Amino acid sequence: MIKRLSGLFVVIFGVLLLTFLLIHVVPGDPVEVMLGDSATQADRSQLRSELGLERPLVQQFAIYLTKVAQGDFGQSIHTKTPIANLIKTRYPATLKLATLALLIGLSIGVPLGIYAALKAGQWQDLVVTLVSVRLSAMPAFWLGPILMLVFAVYFGWFPVSGMESNTSIILPALTLGLGLSAILTRMTRTSLLEVLNDDYIRTARAKGLSESTVILRHALRAALLPIITIVGLQMGSLLAGTVITETIFSWDGIGRLLVESIEKRDYPVTQACVLVVALSYVLVNQVTDFVYRLADPRVKV
Amino acid sequence: MKFFAVSILVFWLVAVLLGRVLHLNPDLIDLHAILSTPSEHYWLGADDLGRSLLARLLRGVEVSFLVAITVTSVTMCIGVLVGLIAGFYGGKVDRFLMQITDIFLAFPGILLAIAFAAVLGPGIINLMIALCLTGWVSYARLTRGQTLSLRNRQHVQASESLGAKVPRLIAYHILPLLTSILVVEATYSIASVIIAEASLSFLGLGIQAPNASWGAMLRDGVRYMLVAPHYVLVVGFSLMSLILAINLGGDYLRASLNVQADA
Repeated sequence: MIKRLSGLFVVIFGVLLLTFLLIHVVPGDPVEVMLGDSATQADRSQLRSELGLERPLVQQFAIYLTKVAQGDFGQSIHTKTPIANLIKTRYPATLKLATLALLIGLSIGVPLGIYAALKAGQWQDLVVTLVSVRLSAMPAFWLGPILMLVFAVYFGWFPVSGMESNTSIILPALTLGLGLSAILTRMTRTSLLEVLNDDYIRTARAKGLSESTVILRHALRAALLPIITIVGLQMGSLLAGTVITETIFSWDGIGRLLVESIEKRDYPVTQACVLVVALSYVLVNQVTDFVYRLADPRVKV
Repeated sequence: MKFFAVSILVFWLVAVLLGRVLHLNPDLIDLHAILSTPSEHYWLGADDLGRSLLARLLRGVEVSFLVAITVTSVTMCIGVLVGLIAGFYGGKVDRFLMQITDIFLAFPGILLAIAFAAVLGPGIINLMIALCLTGWVSYARLTRGQTLSLRNRQHVQASESLGAKVPRLIAYHILPLLTSILVVEATYSIASVIIAEASLSFLGLGIQAPNASWGAMLRDGVRYMLVAPHYVLVVGFSLMSLILAINLGGDYLRASLNVQADA
């Protein structure tokens, strides 16, 4: 446990270091790049001292660490508001989107995977596999526009973009969720097929248990364990996928904030967004790891 | 499946060569053709500046492959080197190097590449640097795991006890056994780099106008989706067919080279 925690600590430290260094990768003078040509000398020196760029690098990093630990991400160059506030308003929207996408992915992927596994080798299995292979080859910036064209433009069931209406979330969540469901389908199928060949399943059948009890009570429990890990790992691509999906559907989450900050060269905001998303991912992975250990009787917590 | 994958790849190769031979100009502006639907003059229609979509699509796939092959080669070299060192020496070296890959893996998907591309500034070179900086990790992990188990194989131990030096052990006794798994990984990675390049260009961080790229075309296609849906559909289907073909090719290679799938 202690070894795991120290590993986690190193990772978080490394994430902080990498995001801190981002602003120093800017070719030339970051202040010049961020403010552009029209800025006055006074503006420049003010920003320079705000960012603490004239101090030694190690000292800058130490200051960065203390500030982040206090939840202080500095100020947006563009709007002059504290970045922490920006993140506080944008983060819940992303969380909502990612959660709904996860639910969609699970509720389509797992049943479909079970179905394909039970029909293994038959045409139903083939159709499910073909569809999920094709779906997982569709990146968000292609699936999104298709959904938008069909359901928002052609049928007019959902708004094209924005987040004013209650149904606005459906299309972006589907964009993220369908890709996830394709992966979950394939994983569930493989995992369940493996388990169905195990001895204890044969025992359960030999005892005369009904097929549904065998599948639901005995096979699924073991088969779904690996799915927990996959879900944790996929949360990562889900979080990264929100950047593009939120941009397409004008969903005001943290991904869109990131893209906007890049367009305005508001690098402190970029830095903060990257940090927050990466840390969420680290946290999600820790939680899935923990849940896996709780769910699997063979692994001690 | 194999036939399907190969025919799509051959199709794109022939199309690109034909485009070059016929001198299709991706930058030629025809103001009468703006956002026009497919016609006998513009086979796939024209974009928002009246440029031939066909010509731009073909130039775009060239750029995609250029980026994908460069990035895959560079990341593979770095990653394999790191993985070999970590797996071969083990111990503290291994722990240190794997700690670094853990840090890179803490950034989900292409987030870190987006961040690097953003601060480096837009452009094809910076795009490739950003993708290289973040892409080596998976190769390092893969190579390290394989090397760790190969290190203790008898033929390696035998050669070592005969006095073979480390470079010889790695080059003659470990690397050859890694080739097939790396070939499969590289195939998948070409597909994922093409997607990553398109994602970054979609966000305006990659290849800049007026140069053609699929990501930027998709972005413009989405912008004009309501008036000219053929634009986004043409680019999207092209991208999907290419990614699918490469991935199926990877599946085929994996099966025929008898490489075990991880996870």
